[in-house]
Amino acid sequence: MNPLPLDGKARARMRMLGMIRKESLQILRDPSSIAIAFVLPVVLLFLFGYGVSLDARSIPLGVVIEQPDAASNSLAGAFERSEYFAPRGFSSIQQAQQALAERRIDGILWMRNDFSRRLLSGREAPIAVLVNGVDSNQAQATKGYIEGAWLAWLNHYAAAQGHPLPAPVALQQRVWFNAALNSRDFLVPGLVAIIMTLIGSMLTAMVVAREWDRGTMEAMMVTPLRIREMMVGKLIPYFVLGMGGMAFTVALAVWQFDVPLRGSPWALFASSALFMLVSLAVGLLISIVAKNQFVAGQVAIVVTFLPAFILSGFIFDIHSMPGPIQIITHVVPARYFVAILQSLFLAGDVWPVFWANMAAMSVLLLIFMALVRRKAHKRLE
Amino acid sequence: MPWHILAIALKELLALLRDPRSRIVLIGPPIAQLLVFGYAATFDLNHVPVAIFNEDGGGAGRELIARIAGSPHFDIVARPLRDAEIAPLIDNKKVLLVLHLGQRFSADLQRGKTASLQAVLDGRNSNTAMLALNYLRGILLDFNRDWAMRQGQRGPPAVLRTRAWYNEDLNSRWFIVPGIVGLLTLVVTLVVTALSVAREREQGTFDQLLVTPLRPLEILIGKALPGVLIGVLEASFIIALAVLWFDIPLRGSVGALYVGVLLFLLSAVGVGLMISAISVTQQQAVLGAFLFLVPAVILSGFATPIANMPEVVQWLTYLDPLRYFLVVVRGVFLEGDGYSLLWNQYWPMAIIGVVSLAAAGWLFRHRMY
Amino acid sequence: MSDAVLALEGVRKRFVGSGRQVTALDGVSARLEPGAVTGLIGPDGAGKTTLMRLAAGLLEADSGRIEVLGIDVAREPQRVQSAIGYMPQRFGLYEDLSVGENLELYADMQGVPRPMRAARYKELTRMTGLAPFTRRLAGRLSGGMKQKLGLACALVRPPRLLLLDEPTVGVDPVSRRELWSIVYGQVKEAGMTVLLSTAYLDEAERCAEVILLHEGRLLGQETPAEFSQPLAGRTFVLRVDGMSTRALQSRLARVPGVLDALVTGDRVRIVTDEGFVPEAATLLPDHPTARIKPVAPRFEDAFVARLKGQDGAHGAPPKVSMAIAGEVDDEVIRVRDLERRFGEFRAVKGISFSVKRGEIFGLLGANGAGKTTTFRMLCGLLPASGGELAVAGHDLRRAGARARRSIGYMAQRFSLYGNLTVMQNLRFFSSAYGLRGRRQAERMRWALDGFELDGYQNVNAGLLPLGYKQRLAFAVALMHQPAILFLDEPTSGVDPLARREFWARTNALAEAGVTVLVTTHFMEEANYCDRLVIMADGDVLAAGRPREIRQRARTPDNPDPSMEDAFIALVQGREAA
Repeated sequence: MNPLPLDGKARARMRMLGMIRKESLQILRDPSSIAIAFVLPVVLLFLFGYGVSLDARSIPLGVVIEQPDAASNSLAGAFERSEYFAPRGFSSIQQAQQALAERRIDGILWMRNDFSRRLLSGREAPIAVLVNGVDSNQAQATKGYIEGAWLAWLNHYAAAQGHPLPAPVALQQRVWFNAALNSRDFLVPGLVAIIMTLIGSMLTAMVVAREWDRGTMEAMMVTPLRIREMMVGKLIPYFVLGMGGMAFTVALAVWQFDVPLRGSPWALFASSALFMLVSLAVGLLISIVAKNQFVAGQVAIVVTFLPAFILSGFIFDIHSMPGPIQIITHVVPARYFVAILQSLFLAGDVWPVFWANMAAMSVLLLIFMALVRRKAHKRLE
Repeated sequence: MPWHILAIALKELLALLRDPRSRIVLIGPPIAQLLVFGYAATFDLNHVPVAIFNEDGGGAGRELIARIAGSPHFDIVARPLRDAEIAPLIDNKKVLLVLHLGQRFSADLQRGKTASLQAVLDGRNSNTAMLALNYLRGILLDFNRDWAMRQGQRGPPAVLRTRAWYNEDLNSRWFIVPGIVGLLTLVVTLVVTALSVAREREQGTFDQLLVTPLRPLEILIGKALPGVLIGVLEASFIIALAVLWFDIPLRGSVGALYVGVLLFLLSAVGVGLMISAISVTQQQAVLGAFLFLVPAVILSGFATPIANMPEVVQWLTYLDPLRYFLVVVRGVFLEGDGYSLLWNQYWPMAIIGVVSLAAAGWLFRHRMY
Repeated sequence: MSDAVLALEGVRKRFVGSGRQVTALDGVSARLEPGAVTGLIGPDGAGKTTLMRLAAGLLEADSGRIEVLGIDVAREPQRVQSAIGYMPQRFGLYEDLSVGENLELYADMQGVPRPMRAARYKELTRMTGLAPFTRRLAGRLSGGMKQKLGLACALVRPPRLLLLDEPTVGVDPVSRRELWSIVYGQVKEAGMTVLLSTAYLDEAERCAEVILLHEGRLLGQETPAEFSQPLAGRTFVLRVDGMSTRALQSRLARVPGVLDALVTGDRVRIVTDEGFVPEAATLLPDHPTARIKPVAPRFEDAFVARLKGQDGAHGAPPKVSMAIAGEVDDEVIRVRDLERRFGEFRAVKGISFSVKRGEIFGLLGANGAGKTTTFRMLCGLLPASGGELAVAGHDLRRAGARARRSIGYMAQRFSLYGNLTVMQNLRFFSSAYGLRGRRQAERMRWALDGFELDGYQNVNAGLLPLGYKQRLAFAVALMHQPAILFLDEPTSGVDPLARREFWARTNALAEAGVTVLVTTHFMEEANYCDRLVIMADGDVLAAGRPREIRQRARTPDNPDPSMEDAFIALVQGREAA
């Protein structure tokens, strides 16, 4: 046979470009890739942007006033004016408790018939508050709002009586980065990490596993294609797809949901790129180990999607988790990316946070890549 | 007729349990998720890192700091000495909260003037910030009352006496773990049933099944039964772990809980079979199940309250069977509910179940090829 | 081992799967000389695919040594993989890429310089007849075209050694001939060496040399002629006027001293035991018109003789008894103007035929001719777009469960539950057909005995050897004693011994009154049919008895055409028109 008029490097480049072209064509023709990269972000963003909120509004609150008069009505009025409550009157505590049991209201404010008498006589007038504690997070918030409304009323009442309330220590609070404590502003940046995990790990794991299932891997193996070229050829198109999904999500977040982006786009790009590489390495590793779509899909959900959701600090605070679980979170790449994202979006370029987390992701990338190199070989066993 | 159906159900069960991969799907992820969710998914704040910038040397200030340090919610991890140190602590996420006691803090207090305590919070995680603020307010409230008492001042004319029903300590694990019963049961049943027809289509066994005298309806019921059975076992397993391992109180009627479980499974199986009847390949079935699961979980009130959602989204949640079932599990576990209080949750699940099963049956007959 | 293109020395390979150890190759040594086509032949599970994969460096041998083009595969698999061409059983095409894109991909992989590509593609697509389809997605091609594309991809840069793993499974005779001519062309032009595994023994005859494997051991490496040499004088054809070839075949198969009996054309071919001299009078004493004629041995005769010799006495399979209660209804299956459209595409264009009780009726055609579509409509798996069809008086698509009880169905690929055991499959399907209690136990016993599945009761159906899978599927289709049997390519990829067994059973069923509708790619099997239709492009091209159809291809050059000749002549005649 004639020697080919191409040198080794040119042939390697040709093989890699061929892989990239093939992989890109497959992405373009597979509606499910496009769906995961562009439709799923929209669905998730709308769900989280509009559907999910930890900020209570209009808490249905039962109010029982056993003896209505000026004092008790003024307290009830304070709750009616608050934007946090939708108070409903009940004539007896039994009725209100029934409503609480039937989940028609979330809490009860109960002034007994001696309320006004004790208030006027200066003896501590008790106001009983019952909250439904099932959703503890919500109950905490409800408690906080009730206390706020009560304090406001108390100050107002005492001032009207002519002897303002002694306040030994007053709290002056300042919340940085998200003064309104808007939960959307912290949930939406975290979604970028979720979506990139889906593209990088889950989609890649399933797509590579598909080659095993369909037997195309076997044919590809018996060509001059090197394992490294195959990996790089597969990574690049999915890298581009993932970065596209990221850019799309960020654009939606900023323009549709008005989430501030205070950091530099370069930092966002660099950290996303690094995270994408880590996710792709995990996806490749899963597909190499699983070798079939069904197992790859399941493993990807359990080891990438769920941890990105639960263990990354995206919703749940890592500090509050038990020690062993906190240790586990250190191998969840999304943990570092979420930290960077929340800073970049809300705080701006906080370089110590940025570099520390970038370093951690780089270490993970090296570990996963080394594992991929070790596990990947052109053998069927 | 029941004989055929039993034969199909038995075959489905065997096919599922004899496949090592399916067994793993049934056992592995649920346990992993139960542990992860049970331990990691908590809204309770513990050991929030706090920095105290104390410019005051007085005893009153020290007393307040001692109270904060003694709270399980806060850990004092830094004591900056200059104003300029505050910003980097927060920016770099070293602390969530910085408390600043000015030079005149104790002096003001002693003279009966209002002393000010400045708190700076990291709002990047707004929920954590809000909870931390609530804890701080609680500590301050107690401090103020005690201080006023010691000074012989009158306390506030009216006081709140707050009690939480059902979950007295407001432990978020009590809220999350019963929710997992619903979540995992849904995931497992959905995956099992969604794959059941798609797998037969892909492996070619579906044709072999269709040329037998079995009617589509019989096949449908035969495929639904193992889903329900596995769902009941899965739910029972998680309920048992919730009670025995996580110490969640089970206060209500177990019968009422299981009525809920069965109706919920009916709807989950219906949706799963519907997805399965539409999908041609297993990959499509998995993707379909995933596309149903994510919104179903987010809109169910599993982690975030439905009441906080905009109205349009709240309407959507009425289509979500998990929404109703979560009320049932939490109602029975924590609130001690019986049948009568749960009736309003039962019938929507029954309707979703019947409608989705009918749709699955229709799709079955019209997508036989 | 210098000049051999492929040399194996004492190669051993074991697999451990689900607790059982399987020896796939047991000390195999062989050498491939350059510039020739070598056939790799053996029954299912002989280790053909394992040998291919070992040679391609995809598996590592437990012991022994493999050299490809002078390179040690175990040490430098990549160098071997860069040098050879390989087409796995599932041809390795990307179905979501077009024909042209697949070629382009392989050209990139093989480092074909761009300026040379256009000419190469042109040549390859011309050879394979894919030129008009370069923009079509590979997934949309028919089975035969996929195989040709797979071959074209492996030939983008002509390799010195080409490994083809069962390239002709499920491919119709026309496409098969084309595949072979492409391979021969390459061997001749580029001096390529080819190793090709196949289940079609007539293809072995076209190989320069044959490597015969059985249960992981090498039975021999010789030319086909050398293989059949020992059978000289032991092969004959018989003919009896007024007796159907099928009846004659099943009669002869039971005669002691007859090793093998096979229907060919309108005669029966027999292979006798060594030293046994058959005479018409001794073989068939009650048929004075019997005529016997010696013929030259073929490779297939040698194959069967060798393997039967290996397994010891390998008599006819136990007779499967069936009792069909039959109303005297003449036309059991009737099809009139049957049509099926998929969007714009008419897969079946208004065909008509009918099948009588107790007939074996064949449905033949090239890949994509519409026979599977027709078949699925008859079974009620696909609604017809137009026309009438009746199976035992019903349209199964609309008829109730009761009507389906009268049919048995065996799908093209194995379609029982792979992770259920043999017993569990039998129990489930018998229950599905409404059998229970003692009756069910009886029928399951019958299936185990009649299909020699004893000993495999608790093996997962998916792990059975292919031949046993096929038996089990056959047993399942017969559990409820159906009056009509639908068999969709029942022998595709099955080795010749299992095929003989299968036809012996089918013949017995037909004699018992069961109506059989069968599709096949093995043209010699069409000779077992009472009547058949040949389809092309959704139309019926020819219909009638096998003999009538063969007659159509008779030319002065070929006075006694085989069914395959007839089929190719018909299909090509249509294409020319």
